[in-house]
Amino acid sequence: MIPLGWYLLFAAALFGIGLYGALARRNAVAALMGVELMLNAVAVNLLAFWRYLDPGRMNGQVFAAVLFAVAAAETAVGLALIISLYRLRRTVLPEEADLMRG
Amino acid sequence: VTADQILFLVLAILGLGLAVASVTLRNLVRAAFALIGCLFAVAALYALLEASLFVVAQAAVYVGAIAVLIVLVVMLTRRELREKATQTHRYAPLAAVLAALITAGLAAGLSQFASFDRTMPVLPPDDMVIRLGDALLDPSGFLIPFEAVSVMLLSVLIGAVLVAGGTRPGRGKG
Repeated sequence: MIPLGWYLLFAAALFGIGLYGALARRNAVAALMGVELMLNAVAVNLLAFWRYLDPGRMNGQVFAAVLFAVAAAETAVGLALIISLYRLRRTVLPEEADLMRG
Repeated sequence: VTADQILFLVLAILGLGLAVASVTLRNLVRAAFALIGCLFAVAALYALLEASLFVVAQAAVYVGAIAVLIVLVVMLTRRELREKATQTHRYAPLAAVLAALITAGLAAGLSQFASFDRTMPVLPPDDMVIRLGDALLDPSGFLIPFEAVSVMLLSVLIGAVLVAGGTRPGRGKG
């Protein structure tokens, strides 16, 4: 059998990789992809905890379902902002989005 | 090492390798496809956890919708994605150190976790998808969060359409 810790370690590593992608990438689309990896790591954690610690109740699965909806909303808004920025400024680099810089 | 442990390790290494590829590849289209592969590996891990609904949701929501959306945006903004230009900014080493520190801290904390070696308990015999649906539509369960999330998703998608579609240059507000 697979111990619970294996899933948690996998999720921690996936979170770290996603964090690196979200912080280090210059491109807004690539940073958003890093955020997707981090959200997936959280979903793995939630489902692993549900399955190993409390499979009789649905709390963990409901949390994961809400997380999926929030992740979809986050991606939709993020990509809409990127498309809007690209139409206005012809760039997808957040460092060039300096309209509000004083 | 049993068969399911080997399967888990193969899927985990595949998923982490594709995740690394998706945050390091210079060509963003390739990075997006690596992300799709990684999301599929995670879906397979959900199958190992016997969360059947989430295997389908991962394939439909993430691979079917989010990943396709990302590929679409990558292709719409293709001119800016020159492969020769550097894809990371100057603080990237700092980000790598921070991510490594957080991962190491999480791993160290997790190895102290009391339930670390716990194995899978037997799943109750009834259908988990039906039980999840009952919990979501139960007024004393999760009905209000469920409805709140559906309203949030709708308003967010309408807002996304407004933000993405309302800025046509030269034609004013469309």
